[in-house]
Amino acid sequence: MVTGGAVKGAVGAPVEQVARPRPAAGPERAAWDAAAAVTDPEVPVLSIEDLGVLRGVRFVDGAPVVDITPTYSGCPAVDAIRDDVVVALAEHGFPGARVNVVLSPAWTTDWMSDAGRRKLAEFGIAPPARRAGGVVSLDLGIRCPRCGSLHTRELTRFGSTSCKALWVCRRCGEPFDHFKEH
Amino acid sequence: MPNPPQPSSAVLTPEAIAASVTGQDATVRAADDVARYALGLGDDALVLAQRLGSWIASAPELEEDVALGNIALDTLGHARSLLTYAGSAWDQTEDDLAYFRDEADFRCRQIFERPNGDFACTIVRQLVVSAYFTALYRGLAESTDATLAAIAAKAVKEVAYHLDHASLWTVRLALGTEESRRRTLTGLEAVWPFVDELFAADPAADAVPDAAVAPAGLREPFDALVLPVLARAELEVPAAPALRGGGRLGVHSEALGPLLAEMQVLARRHPGAVW
Repeated sequence: MVTGGAVKGAVGAPVEQVARPRPAAGPERAAWDAAAAVTDPEVPVLSIEDLGVLRGVRFVDGAPVVDITPTYSGCPAVDAIRDDVVVALAEHGFPGARVNVVLSPAWTTDWMSDAGRRKLAEFGIAPPARRAGGVVSLDLGIRCPRCGSLHTRELTRFGSTSCKALWVCRRCGEPFDHFKEH
Repeated sequence: MPNPPQPSSAVLTPEAIAASVTGQDATVRAADDVARYALGLGDDALVLAQRLGSWIASAPELEEDVALGNIALDTLGHARSLLTYAGSAWDQTEDDLAYFRDEADFRCRQIFERPNGDFACTIVRQLVVSAYFTALYRGLAESTDATLAAIAAKAVKEVAYHLDHASLWTVRLALGTEESRRRTLTGLEAVWPFVDELFAADPAADAVPDAAVAPAGLREPFDALVLPVLARAELEVPAAPALRGGGRLGVHSEALGPLLAEMQVLARRHPGAVW
């Protein structure tokens, strides 16, 4: 199930290039686009491409092989995503797909696309903060996705799924999920 | 290196998932000696995850049901990766290793199989094991074995949260009420005799010095993580002598058997069951 995988994306490579290694052309690109539409079963507004979970598509002996990476080691969504990718590819004319789970490079919320961050906020989940430069995660406060206030506090670091923490807004009083920086 | 036929993941059984490790596309099949090392680490994580899982619906507050459940899930994820990798050397799945080995075949260190005790006792053990995992996975991320390094690089980010959780609770309980402090002290006395075993020799690690992290070398980073928390909580390291250990050799306390019985009964009574 799990392989080390090739370490792609050297230090200094643009985040976007590392996060979404979409093939330039050919059937690989078509297969990538088919797999890219699969959504995370626990956060259905995000595609696996938005999340940076889709890591690569290639063909081995004519059959597509898709690499995905888990957000967290124990994330149960991986099995559902694996299933959905096989189905999505078959629907787009690529039967017999195989899905490979790779662990390296380790997934980070920095790979989440800007579009994904917007969709998360609209869905009511505060998106993860960006760690510019990747050195320090500054605790600048998390914006309430309902009223927009920065006057919020963490209620518990472990929320409804591995990737989320539970926060509460001090202004509107509503609790909300926050996609943890990882 | 044998190269079995390429499995199809169109049939998404656990067997097919595990088999994909040995597929022609996969880059890895663990060497036997590396697998023996991974097995010990995987058993530590598996047994701890099973222990922590039993807190769900029993923790002092809902948030802790969720927190301990999430921590158990991360830990189970580490176990699945490590046991799947170990099993790849022997054509065994993660489920074969988890459900169809007996007590003496398990290689977990004994601290992981200890009964949970009360919440304070569990928190003290979480402080110890999260600090240990943090030191271990930091070191293992530099392993010459690419798969172990990848598993560790992912795990180290997760156990940082676990350590933070346990550290905050240790301080809160130790400096809370008289009762919470009494329970924390009792937990510390119960857990600490099992600490030394974490750093005792592991023949499986010695056999693969480049791929493994030498357990003895983890003591210093462990102390650097744990001692400041104990100091902040105004707790002293107990003077009780260390117990003999031997988990890596298959020597276990009486606590492991009932844990395994509960974990394995369904898979053994209904082999191949899916849901």
